[in-house]
Amino acid sequence: MFSGEQVGSLLESLGVTHVITVPDSTIGRWEGGIEDSGITLVRVCREGEAWTIAGGLYLGGASPLVLIQCTGLFESGDALRNVLHEWKLPIYSIIGYRSYLNQDALPGDTTLVFTEPVLAAWNLDVRLITEASQLPNIGEHYRACQAAAVPGVALIAEGKA
Amino acid sequence: MIELHDALAALRRVRRDDDVLIATMAAARAWMELGKHPLDFIFVPSSMGHATSFGLGIALAQPERRVIVCNGDGSMLMNLGSLVTIAAQAPRNLVVIVLDNGVYEVTGAQPVPGRADFAALARASGFESVFHFSTLEKWTRNLDPVLGAKGPVFILLETTPVEGRAGPKSPGNAADRARALKRALST
Repeated sequence: MFSGEQVGSLLESLGVTHVITVPDSTIGRWEGGIEDSGITLVRVCREGEAWTIAGGLYLGGASPLVLIQCTGLFESGDALRNVLHEWKLPIYSIIGYRSYLNQDALPGDTTLVFTEPVLAAWNLDVRLITEASQLPNIGEHYRACQAAAVPGVALIAEGKA
Repeated sequence: MIELHDALAALRRVRRDDDVLIATMAAARAWMELGKHPLDFIFVPSSMGHATSFGLGIALAQPERRVIVCNGDGSMLMNLGSLVTIAAQAPRNLVVIVLDNGVYEVTGAQPVPGRADFAALARASGFESVFHFSTLEKWTRNLDPVLGAKGPVFILLETTPVEGRAGPKSPGNAADRARALKRALST
């Protein structure tokens, strides 16, 4: 849907300093473009690390963003709870929504059943992005969440190039 | 074996005023008993295992400031991958201390699933400097050079479980304490 250059340019324009990430086959292709934009990429072994690293970066004065797949969201709930709800840090994330546009590779993918309810259960402000034309919506949502000092999620539909 | 309180009391004596100190689980309880500092962060309540990741974030944001994480062996086992993440980022200002007593002390001293050589794991993960102490005398005598070694630094301390003590109590609202740490880090 988006190129790495598009995403890197957008995040750079938003003032993001660090992207903490575990790749999937969609968001992983953005890594080069993000790094080329001058943003520091922090690759982690498991998604739970991403939220607490982002928390430390934020408290230290940086502007981090978490970039993971929805399966990593499922894995990382306790860290998310701690950083976003106990510490109340306005960390923004971009989360890949596996199989949303195409289930050919993973018929019956249960991420489609659980992703949105889980995000709702975590009481997060979510913007679903399903088309390439919606790239500016991510920036608008990011700015709105930062202005309100709340966490936010851009949920990126995956499944097509 | 080193008593937990003695290990941390020795650390407190050499801790610089601009060091960040993150303590979790039994180490948090013991550290709070030693006093307060604006750059202390008591990681209670926590997402267990993530003190190392939190320390990495601060260390990356403020590379001129030393960040010391006092972690337990049970917590370390929950986030072993963070050793690899830290080594890959290679922050020269991060010190990870694992206080290894073989049990989940704050829940009643149940044994951890298995014993691991954390120093070997840190070395294999790519930590720049790795140390291992099992006596208070050696720990105390080497504290300054060890904390000043090229980072990231990993220190394994063999400690004695403290029996019969309750888990650490949160020193206050976590969001308030996070905001206070952010203010302290901005000065």
